[in-house]
Amino acid sequence: MNHSIATSGLILDEPLLWEKGKKGRRGMSIPSSDVPAAALDPNLLGEAVDFPDLSEIDVVRHYTRLSQWNFGVDTGMYPLGSCTMKYNPKTNEQQAANPAIAAAHPMLADEQSQGVLRLLFELQQLLALITGLDAVSLQPAAGAHGELTGMLIFNAYHDSRGSKRTKILIPDTAHGTNPASAALCGYRSIPVKSDEHGMLRAESVAALMDEETAGIMLTNPNTLGLFEQEVREIAAIVHAKGGLVYGDGANMNAALGIMDAKRCGVDVLHLNLHKTFSTPHGGGGPGAGPVCVTSELEPFLPVPRVIHDGECFRLEEEQPLSVGRVHAFHGNFGVLVRAYSYILSMGRELKRASQLAVLNANYIKERLKGDFHLPYDQPCMHECVFSDKLQQEYKVSTLDMAKRLIDCGFHPPTIYFPLVVHGALMIEPTETECKEEIDQFIAALKHIAQEAREQPELLRAAPQRTKVRRLDEVQAARCPCLIGAVAQPGE
Amino acid sequence: MKELQELHLPENLGYTEDHEWAQLTGDTIRVGVSDYAQDQLGDIVFVELPAVGDSFNRGDEFGTLESVKAVSELYLPVSGQVVAVNQELEDAPELLNEDPYSNWILEIKPAAAEEYDQLLTAAAYLELLQG
Amino acid sequence: MRYLPHTQEEISAMLQVTGNSSLEDLFATIPDTCRMSDQWEQLPEALSEWELDSHIQALADTMEVDQRATVLIGAGSYHHHIPATVKALMSRSEFLTAYTPYQPEMAQGTLQGIFEYQTLSARLLGMDVVNASMYDGASALAEAMLMGLRVAKKKRRVAISQAVHPHYREVVRAYLRPTPYELVELPHGTDGRTDLSSLAEIEDLAAVAIQSPNFFGVIEDLGTAGEEIHGQGALFITAFSEPLAYGLLKNPGACGADIVCGEGQSFGLSRSFGGPGLGMFGCRQPFTRNLPGRLVGETRDLDGKRGYVLTLATREQHIRRDKATSNICSNQGICAMTAGMYMASLGGTGLQELARLNYDKSHYLMAALQERGARCCFSAPFFNEFVVEFPTEFKAAHQRLLAKNIVAGIDLGRWYPEMSGRYLFGVTETVSREVMDTIANEVQS
Repeated sequence: MNHSIATSGLILDEPLLWEKGKKGRRGMSIPSSDVPAAALDPNLLGEAVDFPDLSEIDVVRHYTRLSQWNFGVDTGMYPLGSCTMKYNPKTNEQQAANPAIAAAHPMLADEQSQGVLRLLFELQQLLALITGLDAVSLQPAAGAHGELTGMLIFNAYHDSRGSKRTKILIPDTAHGTNPASAALCGYRSIPVKSDEHGMLRAESVAALMDEETAGIMLTNPNTLGLFEQEVREIAAIVHAKGGLVYGDGANMNAALGIMDAKRCGVDVLHLNLHKTFSTPHGGGGPGAGPVCVTSELEPFLPVPRVIHDGECFRLEEEQPLSVGRVHAFHGNFGVLVRAYSYILSMGRELKRASQLAVLNANYIKERLKGDFHLPYDQPCMHECVFSDKLQQEYKVSTLDMAKRLIDCGFHPPTIYFPLVVHGALMIEPTETECKEEIDQFIAALKHIAQEAREQPELLRAAPQRTKVRRLDEVQAARCPCLIGAVAQPGE
Repeated sequence: MKELQELHLPENLGYTEDHEWAQLTGDTIRVGVSDYAQDQLGDIVFVELPAVGDSFNRGDEFGTLESVKAVSELYLPVSGQVVAVNQELEDAPELLNEDPYSNWILEIKPAAAEEYDQLLTAAAYLELLQG
Repeated sequence: MRYLPHTQEEISAMLQVTGNSSLEDLFATIPDTCRMSDQWEQLPEALSEWELDSHIQALADTMEVDQRATVLIGAGSYHHHIPATVKALMSRSEFLTAYTPYQPEMAQGTLQGIFEYQTLSARLLGMDVVNASMYDGASALAEAMLMGLRVAKKKRRVAISQAVHPHYREVVRAYLRPTPYELVELPHGTDGRTDLSSLAEIEDLAAVAIQSPNFFGVIEDLGTAGEEIHGQGALFITAFSEPLAYGLLKNPGACGADIVCGEGQSFGLSRSFGGPGLGMFGCRQPFTRNLPGRLVGETRDLDGKRGYVLTLATREQHIRRDKATSNICSNQGICAMTAGMYMASLGGTGLQELARLNYDKSHYLMAALQERGARCCFSAPFFNEFVVEFPTEFKAAHQRLLAKNIVAGIDLGRWYPEMSGRYLFGVTETVSREVMDTIANEVQS
């Protein structure tokens, strides 16, 4: 590695909120009252809430210092597999903060909210166009919420046909959310093994699919970053037994403008707008997980949805077959505005985003495959999966290499997933990383592979340059401390 | 993690394929997990125990062990009714890492004593681990 | 396109390394029958940043009710002042563009911030534990019902008050529909509070959910409700859509609640057509391992320094898969951080003062309307929302006020047909006395 971007920066310490402040300070302007005090039954009153009183600058410095302990996409490359940590455009933030849009109240009459309803309507249409499917609900607030909605749709569909189904097929490469979402709808997960090339085979599905099985949940490209070649045959087998095909769109960033989900045989697909459509992850959320379906399943989508009645945009509530509501209002609307802005900013160039994402991943795969074990050596889509097999003889694990990468100024890849690869390192560079940045990342990983041979203790002690070193997760789980202690008088 | 030859597998216990051990003492059977199980799981942070009085069949799940990033189900080696659980483990799950044999998990009154004789010997269990 | 950094030369060099002849060639493994058709060409041309600004502004301009209007509606989405500091801090891209803190050494900012959110929320709600947040108030309530059923093990019924936000009840219904569990609705009495008299007749009852302040703005008698519910051997779940109320009122924990959940949008987030907000979710300590969602815990690093990690993850989907306490694998991250920033800005003193101001203002409007002959529909006390019936039809006055850029409540008929013509008003600190006087004057004319 010729040059590392990581240095030990100026990191300031900062206590917990309630370890600072003085009673009587205020950090927020509260309007003075222009009305008389109203009578209040003392029986209703609670004790004063024990929040610290802080001044405005106390709050500003507190959170500014905290922010400096964090690493985001704006800080540097974040090649977290399966998470699509692409650049989050600033203009999207500005559009979501448009005063009229940010002030929209969700309980107003349709005619008072035409602008936001039109935005939702157009986004529904754009996502249908992009996936190849026919109808869209924007309500689900995250990918897992979309999966749950999809499973509710499966359930309502089979119910409407008087068919009682109890099982669902889930490949061994699936995200953990798939079986968890299916379980919420009472489906028992039946795992389907992928073959030695990391692919799902039609014959394995045929052996398991029956008329008590509601369908299959597929991720395509799968979590190994490979395109499921037999997806159409698999869909045909499932459909022949009256089942449905769920597409987990977590990896859609590989396939924009290239794959048509409907032609693949998918009946229900969720998208992760916070992955593929560039909305920020926010340190864990909010996301958005719209669900796209074929016209046959449209009646089962959550209500309300926006329709255009020729004159104006309306919220359609009446739909007897609908699964109902999955969010109090219209999902994470602010996230939807950002995704809409992104799609309009990209237009048909969305396809180029997928092409470059796939190029970046294949480039990394080719450059690193001598240094790290590549369990499935074949062309990948938007991510590639290595393992720590070559480093095991030095007693260096995937975790050690990930932690060392932090010292080099990069966010580590996803580790220990997918479960079918022991000690997996799952790298998803995304299209917004340029060649120099990727070359730096490759150089850092090659250097780490060398260190694993020559100075393994360096890796096991990493990271060294962060605010804290490795944390004791065992203690955190054995004696959970989830809430800060109340300050004792005199402390 | 330990190499197979480093494992401690007392001869006087019966073992299962799911890595539990059982020991007949008088008319009750003590149940725990093997050295292999605790070593594979790593630092145990939580033990979920059944209630005294619960009855299970052989092979039924009766509780779980948790590490930071894994959950391992516990299966009963012999059918029976729970007569005691090791309360100490609730506050000190690490005891199972320290010594998985003196720190038993529960005691049952067996429903079918002949099941005990069908458990694996230490040698057979080791052979199973060697694959 | 400015988001795509590759030059043509770089693309060629990289393709050479991968052994592909073109970008299209990278996708050779995808069967033709799976490919996108020329439907793709129907996507619009890319807009420049400036064209996008104009486009979005044009949409915003078609909003009949926009930010200049005074909207006297809460009903689950509240207009409170948001300090510039909160907006600036929550926009910091170190928070905004980070992922879930799976690598704690480089995410201590998010982790400490969420730990602080959990702590302040727990103090507000009187709970032992609060998680890192759920999608929204409605889904949090649905998860609370499922948690109640998990804790109660073999029982199969849950009850919910009809005074809970109608949309929340719909979400609960949707979540429970494919399960073997049954949902029973409890009516409300003439005082606007939930009528629990039928509770004893419900067998197999795992949990009962009550919202306070409820959808009508009425403050429920949580203490008494808790005793009755516990008396039936059921768990007591309380929901809320306006957490500011607990700056003044007895908190749910003090009233015996086992699980508390609700919407936190009031704390520093704009209404944004109903999202993103955050589902706040807490419980008493014995139920911690049954909690859905993420938790941040305190620990030490190798040098003994204090630090924070995600913990008790074995409850979650990525480990327990189909046996997880929920399928959720995110939280409303930045929204929970924002709520923390807002609570920190208010402080204990400010929280109480602001809650009191909301209480006083809503009571001022109620009194002013009563003076003009309107009737308060419910006799129980309320916080910053109330239901009112006018001496004559209010629809025309509502229209006239709209022309003055005032949205004077909403007609409840949409959700409670028997209450058609009655209006639900929400009054926060953002509503001036002058606006309230204008509304009262319209009632007279």
